[in-house]
Amino acid sequence: MTTAARYKSRVFKSEDSEDKQYVGFATLPNQVHRKSVKKGFDFTLMVAGESGLGKSTLVNSLFLTDLYKDRKLLNAEERINQTVEITKHTVDIEEKGVKLKLTIVDTPGFGDAVNNNECWKPITDYIDQQFEQYFRDESGLNRKNILDNRVHCCLYFIPPFGHGLRPVDVEFMKALHEKVNIIPLVAKADCLTPNEIKKLKDRVRDEIERFGIKVYQFPECDSDEDEEFKQMDKELKECTPFAVIGSNTVVEARGQRVRGRLYPWGIVEVENQSHCDFVKLRNMLIRSHMHDLKDVTCDVHYENYRAHCIQEMTSKLAQDNRIDSPIPILPLPTPDAETERLIKMKDEELKRMQEMLEKMQQQMHEKDTC
Amino acid sequence: MAATDVDVFSSEEKRSLSLGGHVGFDSLPDQLVSKSVTQGFCFNILCVGETGIGKSTLMNTLFNTTFENEEASHYQNGVYLRPRTYDLQESNVHLKLTIVDTVGFGDQINKEESYKPIVDYIDTQFENYLQEELKIKRSLFNYHDTRIHICLYFIAPTGHSLKSLDLVTMKKLDSKVNIIPIIAKADTISKSELHKFKIKIMSELVSNGVQIYQFPTDDEAVSEINSSMNAHLPFAVVGSVEEVKVGNKTVRARQYPWGVVQVENESHCDFVKLREMLIRVNMEDLREQTHARHYELYRRCKLEEMGFKDTDPDSQPFSLQETYEAKRKEFLSDLQRKEEEMRQMFVNKVKETESELKEKERELHDKFEQLKRMHQEEKRKVEEKRRDLEEEMNAFNRRKMAAETLSLSQPLKKDKDKKN
Repeated sequence: MTTAARYKSRVFKSEDSEDKQYVGFATLPNQVHRKSVKKGFDFTLMVAGESGLGKSTLVNSLFLTDLYKDRKLLNAEERINQTVEITKHTVDIEEKGVKLKLTIVDTPGFGDAVNNNECWKPITDYIDQQFEQYFRDESGLNRKNILDNRVHCCLYFIPPFGHGLRPVDVEFMKALHEKVNIIPLVAKADCLTPNEIKKLKDRVRDEIERFGIKVYQFPECDSDEDEEFKQMDKELKECTPFAVIGSNTVVEARGQRVRGRLYPWGIVEVENQSHCDFVKLRNMLIRSHMHDLKDVTCDVHYENYRAHCIQEMTSKLAQDNRIDSPIPILPLPTPDAETERLIKMKDEELKRMQEMLEKMQQQMHEKDTC
Repeated sequence: MAATDVDVFSSEEKRSLSLGGHVGFDSLPDQLVSKSVTQGFCFNILCVGETGIGKSTLMNTLFNTTFENEEASHYQNGVYLRPRTYDLQESNVHLKLTIVDTVGFGDQINKEESYKPIVDYIDTQFENYLQEELKIKRSLFNYHDTRIHICLYFIAPTGHSLKSLDLVTMKKLDSKVNIIPIIAKADTISKSELHKFKIKIMSELVSNGVQIYQFPTDDEAVSEINSSMNAHLPFAVVGSVEEVKVGNKTVRARQYPWGVVQVENESHCDFVKLREMLIRVNMEDLREQTHARHYELYRRCKLEEMGFKDTDPDSQPFSLQETYEAKRKEFLSDLQRKEEEMRQMFVNKVKETESELKEKERELHDKFEQLKRMHQEEKRKVEEKRRDLEEEMNAFNRRKMAAETLSLSQPLKKDKDKKN
């Protein structure tokens, strides 16, 4: 299953009516644009990672709203045996007439307990549930108003305090990489100097490859793109995993008011590309690849789930049938006449041989008795 | 007699006398100091914290040298402790420094057993010291003391609160070792967040009854600075061995695109405070506390387990010797009893086996008799048959002979008849 071709907006030149070659379907992109604005978009983003890595702050910074009001954080003793919860926040945001229904799925409690065995299970169950619901809706009779709650993207926060991926990170990503697009991020990147960031990114990329984790890959550029775009795309790919910083506060820096963090030794600006990769992440996630993420979820992850589901159902049916009939029913490929005939022949041969055996046994028995 | 003299002396009030001239015992502290300097000092630090949180870097920064160590991996199966001993010298003071690292702490998915290796290590050091103390021929003055004097607990700078693993581990360690919690990699927390974070951590520690080390405030020379430092716990530290040029000086710092974090700048982090408290002011107090409080607690628990008591049921003080003798007798009688038991068991077993063997012998004998009888029966039958057979043979032979003679005589008779 391949991803759909990426949509680019093309400038549409108006031709004068004398050009009879011009048919007019070059306006299709515009029509699509108009309809989609009217329909509105939706996007479900999941954030996962241990407490205290700045997930909520980053979400607030990304969408420039305050999604998490009056949050209650648990104490350390309450967290010793904590289970993972799934919480959803939905907001409708609008920009230049384009409406976006944004759903943020949060996973409080992940990795916080002392024993974190299978702490990713509630998350995988949730994702499967959304797939199942969509599958059922899709297979139903009335398909007009299907609600798409499938998770389109999962931002996974890697702590910057260690030397790379930890076992819990590896296990989580391996459990989820076939169900959702994973984008790994290095959280709280303001605790690493540029050298350390580079070392950590290389380390993480190596370990992702070594453990065979399939994170979200940016689609390849078309060969007819311009050089600048290709260069940007290349830079983007080499920058993964993005090292991000988030902030809920606005500070004054270089005469402007920017989102940042104020330290005694300087000011970290969230949107400064030399400070962190926040801008790259935002551009990638929202400005250029949001639709691609949705497409990959629909075409790859959902289809895999659907195929797996259907296969399971049919193999169960086949199993039940096998108990009833003496001749095994081949489940999916229909039995052709040839094989049936062969089977019948073999059956008759077996019967004949059995009868002969019985006769011989009887004879021997008679001989013994007399 | 000497005994009554002593008694009389202790019931009197001690009188303070004023000296007429300079005697000279005010040099006693100096003598003590010069003795301990020649002996050398020994200090053991335990660093507990997640992999990569900055334990080794902080040690390098504190002692301003580079202790060689490799980066640990995140994929250890369990926690294990790695002690390393170094000999340092500053002016004429020798320090035997042991740094114990916890490798693999906080990396496993299931961290329920993570605290055990640490507690076991601390107990083992106490046990070694106790063994040395209880020896008959002991040499405590040149014993290499490996008991942990201070545990630096590295807290990850999440900004919210302690992690559950931190709480569980510190509760297990607080009665065994002096704990100083520190916030590692503190250059990721802004000032306001740091203030809230420190308050949250201290309140969580207090509400869960974790006893961390309080700098002593009973000695007037240091009480003021100590009490003000107590208010700054946990220290937010930044470690670095790289040098950066700031202004016209080269200082140890971390260089970021947005600024330079200087390790020894008090407005940037609490590193200087930690160094003051840990090394320059309270090192000796830490050693004392370890010996007087934590080690004594361990020793008491251990000896009580073994059955020693300070006072017997009648509240008469036991001497260690008597207790020891009693214990020894108990032990020996125990041994004897066990020996008896084993001997009994052995005897019983032997009897059993003997009787079994006898049974078997009898059975075999019976069988043998039976077989013999059968054999004789058979023999007799065969004998009979043989005799029968012989008789038949004889009878047959006789008949044959009779028949032959008859046939021989018959033709003669015939001849005779013919002749006649």
